[in-house]
Amino acid sequence: MPTPSITLEHYLILGAVLFGIGLFGVLTKKNAIAVLISIELMLCAVNINLLAFNKYITPEAFIGQIFAIFVITVAAAEVGVGLAIIIAIYRNRLNINLEDFDWLKW
Amino acid sequence: MQMDFSVIIPEIAMVSLGVLVLILGLILPKKSLPRLGWFTSFSLIGILALVVLNWNNVGTVSGGLYLIDQFSQFFKVIFLTAAILVVFGSMAYVDKHLGGQAEYYSILVFSTLGMMVMASANDFITMYLGLELMTISFIVLVCFRRNDSESLEAGMKYVLLAGISSAVLLYGLSLIYGIAGTVLVVEVGMILAVQQSLPLLLVGVVMLVAGLGFKIAAVPFHMWAPDVYQGAPTPITSFLAVGSKMASFAILIRIFVLGMFGVSLSWGILMAILAGVTIIIGNLVAIPQTNIKRLMAYSGIAQAGYILVGMVTASQAGVKAIMFYGFIYIFAVVGVFTAISYYYNLTGSDEIKDYAGLSQRSPLMAATMVVSMLTMAGIPPFAGFVGKFYLFMTVVENYLWLAIIGLIMSMVSVYYYLMVVLVMYRDRPQDSSPIVVSLPVRMTLIFTMLVSVVLGVYPGPLSEIINKAALSFFMH
Repeated sequence: MPTPSITLEHYLILGAVLFGIGLFGVLTKKNAIAVLISIELMLCAVNINLLAFNKYITPEAFIGQIFAIFVITVAAAEVGVGLAIIIAIYRNRLNINLEDFDWLKW
Repeated sequence: MQMDFSVIIPEIAMVSLGVLVLILGLILPKKSLPRLGWFTSFSLIGILALVVLNWNNVGTVSGGLYLIDQFSQFFKVIFLTAAILVVFGSMAYVDKHLGGQAEYYSILVFSTLGMMVMASANDFITMYLGLELMTISFIVLVCFRRNDSESLEAGMKYVLLAGISSAVLLYGLSLIYGIAGTVLVVEVGMILAVQQSLPLLLVGVVMLVAGLGFKIAAVPFHMWAPDVYQGAPTPITSFLAVGSKMASFAILIRIFVLGMFGVSLSWGILMAILAGVTIIIGNLVAIPQTNIKRLMAYSGIAQAGYILVGMVTASQAGVKAIMFYGFIYIFAVVGVFTAISYYYNLTGSDEIKDYAGLSQRSPLMAATMVVSMLTMAGIPPFAGFVGKFYLFMTVVENYLWLAIIGLIMSMVSVYYYLMVVLVMYRDRPQDSSPIVVSLPVRMTLIFTMLVSVVLGVYPGPLSEIINKAALSFFMH
Protein backbone atom coordinates (compact mmCIF):
# COMPACT_ATOMS: atom_id res chain seq x y z
CA MET A 1 0.00 0.00 0.00
CA PRO A 2 1.57 3.30 -1.09
CA THR A 3 1.94 5.91 1.60
CA PRO A 4 -0.29 8.88 0.95
CA SER A 5 1.94 11.81 0.01
CA ILE A 6 1.40 15.49 0.58
CA THR A 7 0.41 17.25 -2.61
CA LEU A 8 0.13 20.86 -3.68
CA GLU A 9 -3.57 20.83 -2.86
CA HIS A 10 -2.89 20.09 0.80
CA TYR A 11 -0.63 23.10 1.10
CA LEU A 12 -3.10 25.33 -0.71
CA ILE A 13 -5.94 24.22 1.54
CA LEU A 14 -3.78 24.84 4.59
CA GLY A 15 -2.98 28.30 3.23
CA ALA A 16 -6.61 29.07 2.49
CA VAL A 17 -7.74 27.95 5.94
CA LEU A 18 -5.03 30.00 7.63
CA PHE A 19 -5.95 33.01 5.51
CA GLY A 20 -9.59 32.56 6.44
CA ILE A 21 -8.77 32.39 10.14
CA GLY A 22 -6.67 35.53 9.83
CA LEU A 23 -9.42 37.38 7.95
CA PHE A 24 -11.97 36.29 10.55
CA GLY A 25 -9.71 37.58 13.32
CA VAL A 26 -9.20 40.89 11.55
CA LEU A 27 -12.92 41.41 11.19
CA THR A 28 -13.97 40.35 14.70
CA LYS A 29 -11.16 41.21 17.12
CA LYS A 30 -11.55 44.35 19.22
CA ASN A 31 -7.96 44.67 20.37
CA ALA A 32 -5.52 46.40 18.05
CA ILE A 33 -2.70 43.98 18.84
CA ALA A 34 -4.95 40.99 18.15
CA VAL A 35 -5.74 42.50 14.75
CA LEU A 36 -2.03 42.86 14.03
CA ILE A 37 -1.53 39.20 14.95
CA SER A 38 -4.38 38.23 12.63
CA ILE A 39 -2.73 40.15 9.79
CA GLU A 40 0.43 38.17 10.48
CA LEU A 41 -1.62 34.96 10.12
CA MET A 42 -2.80 36.12 6.70
CA LEU A 43 0.78 36.81 5.66
CA CYS A 44 1.79 33.35 6.89
CA ALA A 45 -0.88 31.90 4.62
CA VAL A 46 0.65 33.83 1.73
CA ASN A 47 4.08 32.47 2.57
CA ILE A 48 2.80 28.88 2.66
CA ASN A 49 1.25 29.43 -0.76
CA LEU A 50 4.43 30.89 -2.17
CA LEU A 51 6.65 28.10 -0.85
CA ALA A 52 4.27 25.37 -2.00
CA PHE A 53 4.06 26.85 -5.49
CA ASN A 54 7.82 27.20 -5.50
CA LYS A 55 8.23 23.51 -4.67
CA TYR A 56 5.64 22.09 -7.04
CA ILE A 57 5.45 24.56 -9.94
CA THR A 58 8.93 26.06 -10.31
CA PRO A 59 11.29 23.75 -8.39
CA GLU A 60 14.33 24.85 -10.44
CA ALA A 61 13.95 28.57 -9.67
CA PHE A 62 13.70 30.11 -6.23
CA ILE A 63 11.21 32.84 -7.05
CA GLY A 64 8.69 31.84 -4.42
CA GLN A 65 11.28 31.50 -1.68
CA ILE A 66 12.76 34.90 -2.44
CA PHE A 67 9.28 36.40 -2.48
CA ALA A 68 8.53 34.80 0.91
CA ILE A 69 11.70 36.23 2.43
CA PHE A 70 10.74 39.70 1.24
CA VAL A 71 7.24 39.26 2.62
CA ILE A 72 8.61 38.29 6.03
CA THR A 73 11.01 41.24 6.08
CA VAL A 74 8.48 43.84 5.03
CA ALA A 75 5.86 42.44 7.41
CA ALA A 76 8.32 42.85 10.27
CA ALA A 77 8.81 46.50 9.33
CA GLU A 78 5.08 47.06 9.11
CA VAL A 79 4.43 45.45 12.48
CA GLY A 80 7.20 47.58 13.95
CA VAL A 81 5.45 50.74 12.82
CA GLY A 82 2.09 49.37 13.89
CA LEU A 83 3.26 48.59 17.42
CA ALA A 84 4.89 52.01 17.70
CA ILE A 85 1.56 53.62 16.86
CA ILE A 86 -0.26 51.40 19.33
CA ILE A 87 2.14 52.43 22.09
CA ALA A 88 1.75 56.11 21.19
CA ILE A 89 -2.03 55.88 21.14
CA TYR A 90 -2.05 53.98 24.43
CA ARG A 91 -0.04 56.77 26.06
CA ASN A 92 -2.54 59.20 24.66
CA ARG A 93 -5.77 57.47 25.64
CA LEU A 94 -4.79 54.57 27.96
CA ASN A 95 -6.80 52.29 25.71
CA ILE A 96 -6.25 50.19 22.59
CA ASN A 97 -9.78 49.00 22.08
CA LEU A 98 -10.66 49.58 18.46
CA GLU A 99 -14.30 50.28 19.18
CA ASP A 100 -13.32 53.42 21.05
CA PHE A 101 -11.41 54.90 18.13
CA ASP A 102 -14.40 56.77 16.81
CA TRP A 103 -13.31 60.39 16.99
CA LEU A 104 -13.12 60.52 13.25
CA LYS A 105 -16.53 59.65 11.95
CA TRP A 106 -19.12 60.98 9.57
CA MET B 1 26.21 40.37 -16.56
CA GLN B 2 26.82 44.05 -17.02
CA MET B 3 24.10 46.28 -15.62
CA ASP B 4 23.34 49.71 -16.97
CA PHE B 5 22.96 51.82 -13.87
CA SER B 6 22.57 55.04 -15.80
CA VAL B 7 18.83 54.45 -16.22
CA ILE B 8 18.21 54.35 -12.47
CA ILE B 9 20.19 57.48 -11.57
CA PRO B 10 17.01 59.27 -10.41
CA GLU B 11 16.25 56.47 -7.96
CA ILE B 12 19.81 56.46 -6.66
CA ALA B 13 19.62 60.23 -6.26
CA MET B 14 16.37 59.85 -4.31
CA VAL B 15 17.94 57.41 -1.84
CA SER B 16 20.93 59.71 -1.40
CA LEU B 17 18.67 62.71 -0.87
CA GLY B 18 16.56 60.90 1.74
CA VAL B 19 19.60 59.85 3.74
CA LEU B 20 21.28 63.22 3.30
CA VAL B 21 18.29 65.13 4.65
CA LEU B 22 18.22 62.85 7.66
CA ILE B 23 21.92 63.41 8.35
CA LEU B 24 21.64 67.16 7.81
CA GLY B 25 18.88 67.18 10.39
CA LEU B 26 21.33 65.76 12.91
CA ILE B 27 24.26 68.08 12.26
CA LEU B 28 22.54 71.36 11.49
CA PRO B 29 21.79 73.78 14.33
CA LYS B 30 18.17 73.72 15.36
CA LYS B 31 17.26 77.17 14.14
CA SER B 32 18.26 76.43 10.55
CA LEU B 33 16.13 73.29 10.33
CA PRO B 34 13.26 75.10 8.55
CA ARG B 35 15.64 75.64 5.62
CA LEU B 36 15.62 71.88 5.01
CA GLY B 37 12.30 72.35 3.23
CA TRP B 38 13.92 74.62 0.66
CA PHE B 39 16.84 72.23 0.33
CA THR B 40 14.53 69.24 -0.21
CA SER B 41 12.34 70.99 -2.72
CA PHE B 42 15.21 72.27 -4.83
CA SER B 43 16.90 68.85 -4.75
CA LEU B 44 13.62 67.30 -5.88
CA ILE B 45 13.44 69.82 -8.72
CA GLY B 46 16.94 68.72 -9.71
CA ILE B 47 15.87 65.05 -9.69
CA LEU B 48 12.79 65.93 -11.73
CA ALA B 49 15.09 67.60 -14.24
CA LEU B 50 17.18 64.40 -14.31
CA VAL B 51 14.11 62.34 -15.15
CA VAL B 52 13.00 64.76 -17.86
CA LEU B 53 16.50 64.97 -19.39
CA ASN B 54 16.73 61.17 -19.43
CA TRP B 55 13.27 60.87 -20.95
CA ASN B 56 14.44 58.66 -23.81
CA ASN B 57 17.09 56.82 -21.82
CA VAL B 58 15.03 53.67 -21.44
CA GLY B 59 16.07 50.15 -20.54
CA THR B 60 15.86 47.41 -17.98
CA VAL B 61 17.82 46.62 -14.85
CA SER B 62 18.30 43.23 -13.12
CA GLY B 63 17.25 41.13 -16.06
CA GLY B 64 13.90 42.77 -16.66
CA LEU B 65 12.82 43.05 -13.03
CA TYR B 66 13.01 46.80 -13.20
CA LEU B 67 11.79 48.51 -16.29
CA ILE B 68 12.29 52.10 -17.36
CA ASP B 69 10.09 53.12 -20.25
CA GLN B 70 8.30 56.34 -21.12
CA PHE B 71 5.26 55.14 -19.21
CA SER B 72 7.23 54.88 -15.99
CA GLN B 73 9.12 58.10 -16.75
CA PHE B 74 5.83 59.92 -17.05
CA PHE B 75 4.57 58.55 -13.75
CA LYS B 76 7.85 59.54 -12.11
CA VAL B 77 7.31 63.07 -13.38
CA ILE B 78 3.84 63.00 -11.80
CA PHE B 79 5.15 61.80 -8.42
CA LEU B 80 8.10 64.19 -8.31
CA THR B 81 5.92 67.14 -9.31
CA ALA B 82 3.45 66.24 -6.60
CA ALA B 83 6.26 65.86 -4.06
CA ILE B 84 7.76 69.24 -4.98
CA LEU B 85 4.42 71.01 -4.73
CA VAL B 86 3.64 69.28 -1.43
CA VAL B 87 7.01 70.27 0.05
CA PHE B 88 6.53 73.87 -1.06
CA GLY B 89 3.02 73.92 0.28
CA SER B 90 3.87 72.27 3.59
CA MET B 91 6.84 74.32 4.81
CA ALA B 92 4.78 76.73 6.88
CA TYR B 93 2.64 73.91 8.25
CA VAL B 94 5.61 71.75 9.22
CA ASP B 95 7.44 74.57 10.98
CA LYS B 96 4.38 75.56 12.94
CA HIS B 97 2.64 72.28 13.80
CA LEU B 98 4.96 69.34 13.34
CA GLY B 99 8.63 70.00 14.04
CA GLY B 100 11.02 67.17 13.21
CA GLN B 101 11.63 68.72 9.79
CA ALA B 102 14.46 66.35 8.89
CA GLU B 103 12.44 63.20 9.51
CA TYR B 104 9.39 64.66 7.79
CA TYR B 105 11.15 65.59 4.55
CA SER B 106 13.28 62.46 4.57
CA ILE B 107 10.28 60.14 4.91
CA LEU B 108 8.44 62.14 2.28
CA VAL B 109 11.35 61.58 -0.09
CA PHE B 110 11.35 57.86 0.69
CA SER B 111 7.63 57.55 0.03
CA THR B 112 8.18 59.27 -3.32
CA LEU B 113 10.95 56.76 -4.01
CA GLY B 114 8.48 53.96 -3.26
CA MET B 115 6.10 55.39 -5.84
CA MET B 116 8.89 55.61 -8.42
CA VAL B 117 9.78 51.97 -7.78
CA MET B 118 6.12 51.04 -8.23
CA ALA B 119 5.95 52.84 -11.57
CA SER B 120 9.00 51.00 -12.86
CA ALA B 121 8.48 47.59 -11.26
CA ASN B 122 8.01 44.82 -13.76
CA ASP B 123 7.63 41.89 -11.41
CA PHE B 124 5.47 41.18 -8.39
CA ILE B 125 8.29 41.27 -5.83
CA THR B 126 9.56 44.70 -6.86
CA MET B 127 6.01 46.00 -7.04
CA TYR B 128 5.32 44.77 -3.55
CA LEU B 129 8.53 46.31 -2.21
CA GLY B 130 7.76 49.67 -3.78
CA LEU B 131 4.21 49.54 -2.52
CA GLU B 132 5.29 48.81 1.04
CA LEU B 133 8.06 51.41 1.00
CA MET B 134 5.42 53.95 0.03
CA THR B 135 2.78 52.67 2.45
CA ILE B 136 5.00 52.40 5.52
CA SER B 137 6.41 55.87 4.86
CA PHE B 138 2.86 57.17 4.59
CA ILE B 139 1.84 55.47 7.83
CA VAL B 140 4.61 57.31 9.64
CA LEU B 141 3.68 60.59 7.97
CA VAL B 142 -0.03 60.22 8.72
CA CYS B 143 0.61 60.04 12.46
CA PHE B 144 3.38 62.59 12.43
CA ARG B 145 1.50 64.76 14.92
CA ARG B 146 2.24 62.19 17.56
CA ASN B 147 0.67 64.09 20.43
CA ASP B 148 -2.56 64.63 18.57
CA SER B 149 -5.14 61.93 19.13
CA GLU B 150 -6.85 62.37 15.78
CA SER B 151 -3.60 62.00 13.89
CA LEU B 152 -2.73 58.86 15.86
CA GLU B 153 -6.17 57.41 15.33
CA ALA B 154 -5.86 58.03 11.60
CA GLY B 155 -2.44 56.38 11.64
CA MET B 156 -3.80 53.38 13.54
CA LYS B 157 -6.64 52.91 11.09
CA TYR B 158 -4.27 53.30 8.18
CA VAL B 159 -1.70 50.81 9.45
CA LEU B 160 -4.31 48.12 10.16
CA LEU B 161 -6.16 48.55 6.88
CA ALA B 162 -2.94 48.84 4.89
CA GLY B 163 -1.80 45.59 6.47
CA ILE B 164 -5.03 43.82 5.60
CA SER B 165 -5.02 45.11 2.03
CA SER B 166 -1.38 44.10 1.57
CA ALA B 167 -2.17 40.61 2.81
CA VAL B 168 -5.12 40.27 0.44
CA LEU B 169 -3.07 41.64 -2.45
CA LEU B 170 -0.22 39.24 -1.68
CA TYR B 171 -2.57 36.28 -1.55
CA GLY B 172 -3.80 37.23 -5.01
CA LEU B 173 -0.25 37.64 -6.26
CA SER B 174 0.75 34.26 -4.86
CA LEU B 175 -2.13 32.58 -6.71
CA ILE B 176 -1.21 34.29 -9.98
CA TYR B 177 2.39 33.22 -9.45
CA GLY B 178 1.23 29.67 -8.88
CA ILE B 179 -0.81 29.64 -12.09
CA ALA B 180 1.77 31.32 -14.29
CA GLY B 181 4.94 29.96 -12.67
CA THR B 182 6.64 33.34 -12.94
CA VAL B 183 6.45 36.75 -11.34
CA LEU B 184 7.50 38.79 -14.37
CA VAL B 185 4.43 40.71 -15.51
CA VAL B 186 5.18 40.37 -19.23
CA GLU B 187 5.68 36.60 -18.97
CA VAL B 188 2.54 36.28 -16.86
CA GLY B 189 0.71 38.06 -19.66
CA MET B 190 1.99 35.67 -22.28
CA ILE B 191 1.17 32.58 -20.23
CA LEU B 192 -2.31 33.71 -19.23
CA ALA B 193 -3.10 34.67 -22.82
CA VAL B 194 -2.95 31.05 -23.98
CA GLN B 195 -4.44 29.44 -20.91
CA GLN B 196 -8.12 28.84 -20.42
CA SER B 197 -9.76 30.51 -17.46
CA LEU B 198 -9.28 28.67 -14.16
CA PRO B 199 -11.41 29.25 -11.08
CA LEU B 200 -8.18 29.80 -9.16
CA LEU B 201 -7.28 32.60 -11.53
CA LEU B 202 -10.62 34.23 -10.91
CA VAL B 203 -10.00 34.13 -7.15
CA GLY B 204 -6.58 35.66 -7.74
CA VAL B 205 -8.01 38.45 -9.88
CA VAL B 206 -10.67 39.28 -7.30
CA MET B 207 -8.03 39.36 -4.54
CA LEU B 208 -5.84 41.67 -6.60
CA VAL B 209 -8.73 44.01 -7.32
CA ALA B 210 -9.65 44.06 -3.62
CA GLY B 211 -6.07 44.70 -2.49
CA LEU B 212 -5.43 47.46 -5.00
CA GLY B 213 -8.96 48.79 -4.51
CA PHE B 214 -7.95 49.59 -0.94
CA LYS B 215 -4.96 51.57 -2.13
CA ILE B 216 -6.89 53.64 -4.65
CA ALA B 217 -9.84 53.95 -2.23
CA ALA B 218 -12.46 52.48 -4.55
CA VAL B 219 -15.87 51.64 -3.11
CA PRO B 220 -16.43 49.24 -1.29
CA PHE B 221 -12.83 49.38 -0.03
CA HIS B 222 -12.88 53.11 0.69
CA MET B 223 -13.89 53.31 4.35
CA TRP B 224 -10.40 54.16 5.59
CA ALA B 225 -9.96 57.13 3.27
CA PRO B 226 -12.14 59.82 4.92
CA ASP B 227 -10.86 59.08 8.41
CA VAL B 228 -7.22 58.98 7.38
CA TYR B 229 -7.56 62.05 5.17
CA GLN B 230 -9.15 64.00 7.99
CA GLY B 231 -6.74 62.97 10.71
CA ALA B 232 -3.50 63.23 8.75
CA PRO B 233 -1.51 66.48 8.58
CA THR B 234 -3.05 68.37 5.66
CA PRO B 235 -0.01 68.40 3.31
CA ILE B 236 0.25 64.65 3.79
CA THR B 237 -3.42 64.31 2.96
CA SER B 238 -2.80 65.92 -0.39
CA PHE B 239 0.21 63.72 -1.06
CA LEU B 240 -1.80 60.67 -0.04
CA ALA B 241 -4.61 61.71 -2.35
CA VAL B 242 -2.43 62.12 -5.42
CA GLY B 243 0.77 60.14 -4.92
CA SER B 244 -0.54 57.01 -3.31
CA LYS B 245 -3.51 56.87 -5.66
CA MET B 246 -1.60 57.41 -8.88
CA ALA B 247 1.19 55.01 -7.87
CA SER B 248 -1.39 52.32 -7.17
CA PHE B 249 -2.93 53.03 -10.56
CA ALA B 250 0.51 52.59 -12.12
CA ILE B 251 0.80 49.03 -10.82
CA LEU B 252 -2.89 48.39 -11.45
CA ILE B 253 -2.31 49.26 -15.11
CA ARG B 254 0.90 47.26 -15.21
CA ILE B 255 -0.64 44.12 -13.72
CA PHE B 256 -3.99 44.16 -15.46
CA VAL B 257 -3.44 45.78 -18.85
CA LEU B 258 -0.05 44.17 -19.44
CA GLY B 259 -0.22 41.02 -17.33
CA MET B 260 -3.81 39.99 -17.85
CA PHE B 261 -4.90 41.31 -21.22
CA GLY B 262 -5.64 37.70 -22.19
CA VAL B 263 -8.44 37.51 -19.61
CA SER B 264 -9.50 41.14 -19.88
CA LEU B 265 -13.10 40.14 -20.56
CA SER B 266 -13.44 38.68 -17.08
CA TRP B 267 -12.03 41.70 -15.22
CA GLY B 268 -13.26 44.44 -17.56
CA ILE B 269 -16.82 44.17 -16.36
CA LEU B 270 -15.62 43.94 -12.74
CA MET B 271 -13.71 47.20 -13.16
CA ALA B 272 -16.69 48.82 -14.86
CA ILE B 273 -19.01 47.98 -11.95
CA LEU B 274 -16.41 49.06 -9.42
CA ALA B 275 -15.92 52.36 -11.25
CA GLY B 276 -19.66 53.02 -11.47
CA VAL B 277 -20.31 52.29 -7.79
CA THR B 278 -17.28 54.34 -6.74
CA ILE B 279 -18.38 57.36 -8.75
CA ILE B 280 -21.94 57.21 -7.40
CA ILE B 281 -21.12 56.63 -3.72
CA GLY B 282 -18.17 59.01 -3.63
CA ASN B 283 -20.16 61.90 -5.05
CA LEU B 284 -23.35 61.29 -3.10
CA VAL B 285 -21.67 60.94 0.30
CA ALA B 286 -19.59 64.06 -0.36
CA ILE B 287 -22.73 66.22 -0.38
CA PRO B 288 -23.55 66.27 3.37
CA GLN B 289 -19.94 66.74 4.55
CA THR B 290 -19.13 69.74 6.74
CA ASN B 291 -15.38 69.24 7.11
CA ILE B 292 -13.46 70.31 4.03
CA LYS B 293 -10.89 67.53 4.33
CA ARG B 294 -13.65 64.90 4.49
CA LEU B 295 -15.35 66.54 1.54
CA MET B 296 -12.12 66.30 -0.41
CA ALA B 297 -11.70 62.68 0.70
CA TYR B 298 -15.06 61.70 -0.75
CA SER B 299 -14.42 63.75 -3.84
CA GLY B 300 -11.11 61.89 -4.09
CA ILE B 301 -12.99 58.59 -3.93
CA ALA B 302 -15.18 59.78 -6.78
CA GLN B 303 -12.08 60.82 -8.74
CA ALA B 304 -10.64 57.32 -8.27
CA GLY B 305 -13.85 56.06 -9.85
CA TYR B 306 -13.40 58.33 -12.86
CA ILE B 307 -9.82 57.20 -13.30
CA LEU B 308 -10.92 53.54 -13.02
CA VAL B 309 -13.11 54.14 -16.07
CA GLY B 310 -9.92 54.25 -18.12
CA MET B 311 -9.03 50.72 -16.96
CA VAL B 312 -12.20 49.11 -18.25
CA THR B 313 -11.28 48.69 -21.89
CA ALA B 314 -7.61 47.78 -21.29
CA SER B 315 -6.71 49.79 -24.38
CA GLN B 316 -4.04 52.32 -25.26
CA ALA B 317 -6.65 55.07 -25.24
CA GLY B 318 -7.61 54.10 -21.71
CA VAL B 319 -4.03 54.13 -20.43
CA LYS B 320 -3.50 57.47 -22.10
CA ALA B 321 -6.65 58.89 -20.51
CA ILE B 322 -5.56 57.72 -17.06
CA MET B 323 -2.14 59.31 -17.45
CA PHE B 324 -3.60 62.57 -18.71
CA TYR B 325 -6.19 62.77 -15.97
CA GLY B 326 -3.63 61.83 -13.33
CA PHE B 327 -1.39 64.68 -14.42
CA ILE B 328 -4.22 67.20 -14.14
CA TYR B 329 -5.47 65.69 -10.91
CA ILE B 330 -2.25 66.34 -9.00
CA PHE B 331 -2.37 70.06 -9.69
CA ALA B 332 -6.03 70.35 -8.77
CA VAL B 333 -5.69 68.41 -5.52
CA VAL B 334 -2.43 70.01 -4.42
CA GLY B 335 -3.87 73.44 -5.16
CA VAL B 336 -6.91 72.89 -2.95
CA PHE B 337 -4.99 71.25 -0.12
CA THR B 338 -2.26 73.89 -0.07
CA ALA B 339 -4.93 76.50 0.46
CA ILE B 340 -6.62 74.33 3.10
CA SER B 341 -3.44 73.74 5.09
CA TYR B 342 -2.42 77.40 4.91
CA TYR B 343 -5.85 78.44 6.10
CA TYR B 344 -5.67 75.87 8.90
CA ASN B 345 -2.35 77.38 9.93
CA LEU B 346 -4.04 80.72 10.48
CA THR B 347 -7.41 79.74 11.88
CA GLY B 348 -6.99 76.19 13.19
CA SER B 349 -10.20 75.11 11.53
CA ASP B 350 -11.10 72.75 8.70
CA GLU B 351 -14.84 73.35 8.83
CA ILE B 352 -16.41 74.59 5.62
CA LYS B 353 -18.48 77.24 7.40
CA ASP B 354 -15.28 78.89 8.64
CA TYR B 355 -14.29 79.58 5.05
CA ALA B 356 -16.87 82.35 4.95
CA GLY B 357 -15.64 85.42 3.14
CA LEU B 358 -12.30 83.94 2.11
CA SER B 359 -12.59 85.76 -1.21
CA GLN B 360 -12.33 89.09 0.60
CA ARG B 361 -9.53 88.04 2.89
CA SER B 362 -7.35 86.34 0.28
CA PRO B 363 -8.56 86.48 -3.33
CA LEU B 364 -5.69 84.26 -4.43
CA MET B 365 -6.55 81.35 -2.11
CA ALA B 366 -10.23 81.56 -2.95
CA ALA B 367 -9.55 81.72 -6.68
CA THR B 368 -7.21 78.73 -6.54
CA MET B 369 -9.78 76.68 -4.70
CA VAL B 370 -12.46 77.61 -7.24
CA VAL B 371 -10.30 76.77 -10.24
CA SER B 372 -9.09 73.49 -8.74
CA MET B 373 -12.57 72.40 -7.73
CA LEU B 374 -14.03 73.25 -11.13
CA THR B 375 -11.20 71.26 -12.70
CA MET B 376 -12.13 68.27 -10.58
CA ALA B 377 -15.78 68.74 -11.47
CA GLY B 378 -14.82 68.75 -15.15
CA ILE B 379 -16.14 72.15 -16.14
CA PRO B 380 -14.69 73.68 -19.31
CA PRO B 381 -12.44 75.57 -19.94
CA PHE B 382 -10.42 73.97 -17.15
CA ALA B 383 -8.18 70.98 -17.68
CA GLY B 384 -10.40 68.46 -15.91
CA PHE B 385 -12.90 68.69 -18.73
CA VAL B 386 -10.38 67.46 -21.28
CA GLY B 387 -9.28 64.67 -18.94
CA LYS B 388 -12.80 63.48 -18.31
CA PHE B 389 -13.55 63.70 -22.02
CA TYR B 390 -10.67 61.31 -22.78
CA LEU B 391 -11.73 58.96 -19.98
CA PHE B 392 -15.39 58.72 -20.91
CA MET B 393 -14.67 58.45 -24.64
CA THR B 394 -12.95 55.11 -24.03
CA VAL B 395 -16.11 53.48 -22.69
CA VAL B 396 -18.76 55.12 -24.89
CA GLU B 397 -18.68 52.24 -27.35
CA ASN B 398 -19.01 49.21 -25.06
CA TYR B 399 -20.11 50.54 -21.68
CA LEU B 400 -22.32 53.50 -22.50
CA TRP B 401 -24.07 53.28 -19.13
CA LEU B 402 -20.78 53.91 -17.36
CA ALA B 403 -20.16 57.09 -19.35
CA ILE B 404 -23.69 58.26 -18.56
CA ILE B 405 -23.21 57.60 -14.82
CA GLY B 406 -19.94 59.52 -15.00
CA LEU B 407 -21.55 62.50 -16.70
CA ILE B 408 -24.54 62.67 -14.34
CA MET B 409 -22.38 62.33 -11.27
CA SER B 410 -20.02 65.02 -12.54
CA MET B 411 -23.02 67.32 -12.51
CA VAL B 412 -23.77 66.24 -8.95
CA SER B 413 -20.20 67.00 -7.94
CA VAL B 414 -20.58 70.56 -9.21
CA TYR B 415 -23.20 71.02 -6.52
CA TYR B 416 -21.00 70.30 -3.51
CA TYR B 417 -17.98 72.06 -4.98
CA LEU B 418 -20.06 75.17 -5.59
CA MET B 419 -21.41 75.00 -2.03
CA VAL B 420 -17.88 75.65 -0.83
CA VAL B 421 -17.44 78.40 -3.41
CA LEU B 422 -20.69 79.96 -2.26
CA VAL B 423 -19.51 80.06 1.35
CA MET B 424 -16.23 81.65 0.29
CA TYR B 425 -17.74 84.31 -1.96
CA ARG B 426 -21.18 85.08 -0.55
CA ASP B 427 -20.89 84.91 3.24
CA ARG B 428 -19.39 87.63 5.35
CA PRO B 429 -16.14 86.84 7.16
CA GLN B 430 -16.11 86.95 10.95
CA ASP B 431 -12.64 88.37 10.88
CA SER B 432 -12.14 90.46 7.76
CA SER B 433 -8.42 91.14 8.12
CA PRO B 434 -6.58 90.28 4.88
CA ILE B 435 -4.45 87.12 4.81
CA VAL B 436 -0.82 87.49 3.78
CA VAL B 437 0.17 84.39 1.82
CA SER B 438 3.80 83.36 2.26
CA LEU B 439 6.08 83.08 -0.75
CA PRO B 440 6.32 79.28 -1.24
CA VAL B 441 2.59 78.87 -0.76
CA ARG B 442 1.85 81.70 -3.17
CA MET B 443 4.13 80.10 -5.77
CA THR B 444 2.35 76.76 -5.37
CA LEU B 445 -1.11 78.29 -5.61
CA ILE B 446 -0.38 80.37 -8.70
CA PHE B 447 1.43 77.51 -10.40
CA THR B 448 -1.35 74.95 -9.85
CA MET B 449 -3.96 77.43 -11.02
CA LEU B 450 -2.00 78.26 -14.15
CA VAL B 451 -1.54 74.62 -15.06
CA SER B 452 -5.25 73.89 -14.65
CA VAL B 453 -6.15 76.76 -16.96
CA VAL B 454 -3.40 76.32 -19.54
CA LEU B 455 -3.89 72.58 -19.95
CA GLY B 456 -7.61 73.12 -20.29
CA VAL B 457 -7.21 75.62 -23.11
CA TYR B 458 -4.23 74.04 -24.82
CA PRO B 459 -3.91 70.31 -24.04
CA GLY B 460 -2.34 69.36 -27.39
CA PRO B 461 1.40 69.03 -26.59
CA LEU B 462 0.88 67.14 -23.34
CA SER B 463 -1.57 64.85 -25.07
CA GLU B 464 1.03 64.10 -27.74
CA ILE B 465 3.70 63.24 -25.16
CA ILE B 466 1.30 60.99 -23.28
CA ASN B 467 0.26 59.27 -26.49
CA LYS B 468 3.86 58.25 -27.10
CA ALA B 469 4.34 57.22 -23.48
CA ALA B 470 1.21 55.07 -23.55
CA LEU B 471 2.40 53.51 -26.79
CA SER B 472 5.78 52.65 -25.22
CA PHE B 473 3.89 50.84 -22.51
CA PHE B 474 2.57 48.28 -24.99
CA MET B 475 5.89 47.67 -26.72
CA HIS B 476 7.24 44.95 -24.44
